[in-house]
Amino acid sequence: MKNIPISALIGLFLTAVYFLMALLAPIIAPYGMAEVVGDVWEPASSKYWLGTDNIGRDLLSRMIYGGRTTIFIATAATIISFVTGSVLAFFAAVMGGWVDQVLSRFVDLIMSIPTLIFALVVLSVMPVTIPILILVMGLLDSTRVYRLARAVAVDISVMDYVEAARLRGEKIGWIIFREILPNALSPLIAEMGLRFIFAVLFVSTLSFLGLGVQPPEADWGGIVKENKEGIVYGIPAALLPAVAIATLAISVNLVADWVLNRTTSLKGGRG
Amino acid sequence: MHPVVKLVAQRLALSLLLLLAASILIFAGTMILPGDVAQSILGQSATPESLANLREELGLNDPPVTRYFDWLFGAMQGDLGTALTNGRDIAESIGQRLSNTLFLAFWAAIISVPLAILLGLIAVRYKDRWPDKLISGVTLASISIPEFLIGYLLMYYLAVQLGWFPSVAMINDGMSLGQKLQSIALPVIVLTLVVLAHMMRMTRAAILNVMQSAYVETAELKGLSGFQVIYRHAFPNAIAPIVNVVMINLAYLVVGVVVIEVVFVYPGMGQYLVDHVSKRDVPVVQACGLIFAAVYILLNMIADIVSILANPRLRHPK
Repeated sequence: MKNIPISALIGLFLTAVYFLMALLAPIIAPYGMAEVVGDVWEPASSKYWLGTDNIGRDLLSRMIYGGRTTIFIATAATIISFVTGSVLAFFAAVMGGWVDQVLSRFVDLIMSIPTLIFALVVLSVMPVTIPILILVMGLLDSTRVYRLARAVAVDISVMDYVEAARLRGEKIGWIIFREILPNALSPLIAEMGLRFIFAVLFVSTLSFLGLGVQPPEADWGGIVKENKEGIVYGIPAALLPAVAIATLAISVNLVADWVLNRTTSLKGGRG
Repeated sequence: MHPVVKLVAQRLALSLLLLLAASILIFAGTMILPGDVAQSILGQSATPESLANLREELGLNDPPVTRYFDWLFGAMQGDLGTALTNGRDIAESIGQRLSNTLFLAFWAAIISVPLAILLGLIAVRYKDRWPDKLISGVTLASISIPEFLIGYLLMYYLAVQLGWFPSVAMINDGMSLGQKLQSIALPVIVLTLVVLAHMMRMTRAAILNVMQSAYVETAELKGLSGFQVIYRHAFPNAIAPIVNVVMINLAYLVVGVVVIEVVFVYPGMGQYLVDHVSKRDVPVVQACGLIFAAVYILLNMIADIVSILANPRLRHPK
């Protein structure tokens, strides 16, 4: 762990700060999430560091609580997409034959419809609650994970040690979790960072469209929606989430880049 | 049969099949999900009578397969049903909006495609020097911000602070082309930025891939200038992957339009779709979903066909 490049260190540090803020939101935030404390769109002051929002709530507190919601949903959706996507992909790669065909063609089909459009279609009939949001985002995104994980697993499943495990008579669960998973982990972890960013962007977009996190619950996309009328009057409150999302996304990207470089150079070294 | 014709025919058939399956998926997504559509439209406080009426009106009492085929045959004949919220014919409402959306996407594509290819070439020419690094940095930043926020950032600085462009993009039939372009300038810039980054990165990767081949080394050794090598030798061979990249991004553009239209209050398909999702107007959502999916599948199909046609190994089989 000694030779971490400076960019990855910055990325790790900022990512950690965001996650800590999300965890400790009630302690850090100066005011309550839905507490009306001042006038409408007050400018930044020593009392309200980032000013107040469209109905006079403290923006800094909203941003911190919003980060908590956004990061929580994105993390949960990423976990769901990884578990479903990679388990199905490994299963398809190990079984081969028609199981692989059916699963892969089904994933192709889902990917032939744009993710946002599909999510909108589903959310038009489902009640928009946080668990449903997480589930819809996670399952839609698992198709991307499936593609990658299957490609990785197909390469691994023809290795001699997997063949040996099969001949030993190991069950399919053992082959997936003890032979393939450990060897497929590093490319998957690098991909995880990218999927997480995608989930953050996606949940923000849905909330901005009014189809994600519902008020009074705060989240970064929702803050833009609530304060967008201010833009025309020159009040930049709606732009704050841009800074938050961009720094989070760039820092996660830096970490993911480093993980990816490290693992690919490792492979190069072995070859 | 010529192998290229065969491949193209296969790809066409596959797209049709995909579109059919996508229509099933869109239909199933709204109809067979847990929970009753009528209930979720009217809310928890609905009376049993109004629920029964709405079910009747939506045809929810028919078996799902019958409803699907009614819907599909209707859609193929241009009859998309009527909207629940205002009882208007969906095909009629969509017509004008679809052409508005395509107008916006068209201008964004006209600007972003040549720009992306040019910047990709520059990035390759000055690889690992400052123009390349600058371009990569800017693209990383623009990938990291959701498109609606890029929209508001530009609206805040360019429209509100500097007053260069109008902050909402209203268009109607009475406007001349120049007025229309003036009013969609800002959304076009945003869409350009959104797809530019991705397209440029992939163009750069495609050309760099070709640059490693032997004939490029030959061209360099015989003393051609950097741009000549790229333009005369690397670029023609990178056309197929680049066209592929362009098409994939155009498909993405059609979807990105949804969010941008909401930001700039532009009267297109995207706004129509989002409006009716929150009103839970299922027939409209299905119709819009089907059209977006069709455009997306069509563009992906064109991408595949172009790359089949651009591949000389397939055009001239041994």
